[in-house]
Amino acid sequence: MTDMTSDSRARSSRAKGLSTKFAVHAVLAGYTLIAIFPVILVVLNSFKNRRGIFTDPLGIPAGETFSMEGYATVLTEGDFLTYFSNSLIVTVSSLFLILLLGAMAAHALAEYRFRLNTFIGIYLILGIMVPIRLGTVAILELMVDLNLVNTLLALILVYTASGLPVAVFILTEFMRTLSRDIKDCARVDGLSEYRIFFEVVVPLIRPVLATVAVFSMIPIWNDLWFPLILASGDATKTVTLGVQQFIGQYTVNWSAVLASLSIAILPVLGLYALFSRQLIAGITSGAVKG
Amino acid sequence: MSDPTTEHLTTAGKSPASGRKKRRVAGRAHIVVFLAPAVLIYTVFSIYPLVESLRLSLFDGLPDGSAVWNGLGNYATLLFDANWAGQFWNALWNNLILFFIHMVVQNPIGLLLAALLSLAPRFGGTYRTLIFVPTLLSVVIVGFIWELILSPLWGVSETILGGIGLAWLYQPWLGLESSALVTVSLISVWQYVGIPMMLIYAALLSIPDELIDAARVDGLNGWWIFWKVKLPLILPTLGIVAILTYIGNFTASFDLIYSIQGALGAPNYSTDVMGTLLFRTFFGQQLQIGDTYMGATIASMMFFIILIGVSFYLVLVQRRLQRYEM
Repeated sequence: MTDMTSDSRARSSRAKGLSTKFAVHAVLAGYTLIAIFPVILVVLNSFKNRRGIFTDPLGIPAGETFSMEGYATVLTEGDFLTYFSNSLIVTVSSLFLILLLGAMAAHALAEYRFRLNTFIGIYLILGIMVPIRLGTVAILELMVDLNLVNTLLALILVYTASGLPVAVFILTEFMRTLSRDIKDCARVDGLSEYRIFFEVVVPLIRPVLATVAVFSMIPIWNDLWFPLILASGDATKTVTLGVQQFIGQYTVNWSAVLASLSIAILPVLGLYALFSRQLIAGITSGAVKG
Repeated sequence: MSDPTTEHLTTAGKSPASGRKKRRVAGRAHIVVFLAPAVLIYTVFSIYPLVESLRLSLFDGLPDGSAVWNGLGNYATLLFDANWAGQFWNALWNNLILFFIHMVVQNPIGLLLAALLSLAPRFGGTYRTLIFVPTLLSVVIVGFIWELILSPLWGVSETILGGIGLAWLYQPWLGLESSALVTVSLISVWQYVGIPMMLIYAALLSIPDELIDAARVDGLNGWWIFWKVKLPLILPTLGIVAILTYIGNFTASFDLIYSIQGALGAPNYSTDVMGTLLFRTFFGQQLQIGDTYMGATIASMMFFIILIGVSFYLVLVQRRLQRYEM
């Protein structure tokens, strides 16, 4: 970078513009390669047989090196269908609760004046600064008392509690910017406060809800800590934990390891391909600038 | 927590401070209905466990399973007892190294990438989308990907280094005490660089064009505009990035290290962090049996350490930044 700029100073301004542009693309493309190469390498090699993986790790799977043996092992030995449905149930239910309860609370904080408004607002977003994992010891005891160990409900409750602060924070900020007129009109028309929330406010905040959803989804889907501690039984394993333990058992079977990693990666990449615009728009909008 | 609100709600709604028209709504029960579920779940599964952990850290367990008051005894054990102090300081020190590496590697790279992206180059959106991919993946997946790539068995790293004439550089970095922690940190940097990049990028985009144009009219070139105009304006964002890095460092590091190096922070505790120490203490490992009270003590220590960082940020950094902004 520095060479480029000092070099180009001597040249004409047009050449300078060109070389700067080139440098910008070189750095960005270079880093992009660093970011995705390892992922591509794993996915590519998951479609090879053992010999292909070791003799030509950088090659494209083709001809005799192409093999699905890793996937066959994973599908017969690991219970990935269960893990997937567990992850899906946990993530979708937690998201639903985070969005519904978060939006309701944010609506109350943004719309109504009452004495404890500021206090509850601050109380609800404290959790942004304090990771919920620090309460793990007591969370486990609580779940034992409630008979919820090794249930998906335990995970859903914990993730809902940990996702609420960010959701309430972002949604409250956004709801404060909504025009009051439309809600007051609805009141004049005699709509109840509940119908105003569900029929007037929710449709207005739909884009922000999507952003919060994508945001909250990633840490829930990817978490290892709470599945390991609260729900490590075979019937309640999530994908992240399932892959972690599967790989622990099959360390020598490289095709199976690579295939299980790919199985965990591909759905996330697929979803990202669908929602990346939403996610990036959310991150780069005012939501996190505070 | 939800009960006290009910009492106050009936008397609320009297002071329209901002001059807004006072709106009388028949009955205020809906406020409770809107707030109660969130407050309840959050209180029971987030705040209560935190407070309960702090409480448990002041007790010690008897062999019959009952608890006795131990005051600050557990903390003294953790900080000074020969069996604990070594592990605790080692884990804390490793966490601080991890934080330091993120601050000097991850955040500057994030800043550089964001600065380049903010020039709106062609394919900027594609670069942005792809650089963010590792951030989406589970730490477990990322850990294993790198474990495979760095594995001497597979030899991919050697082949790649050989391609640029650097094969002699290759070492089994994850297995060596001297390099394991740095390697793990860099893996984490690789994964999370997308977050500072996005936050800083957003901040750079929000700078009004007039300011940049004014600086350009004053004869500043692109490089100086960045240093003298843009950087000071995004300092608050850099502050947020720093505090997020600090907090994340204490929680996210567990998943990665547990996946790659196991709960013992192999090799020889060189990658042991507060998260793995907490896990080991609470659940037991090998010869050591699980200890709820020491586990709660370690979690509480993490809480205080995070609190110190956050207070430092709120009192010193943010206040100074605000003055700077004025």
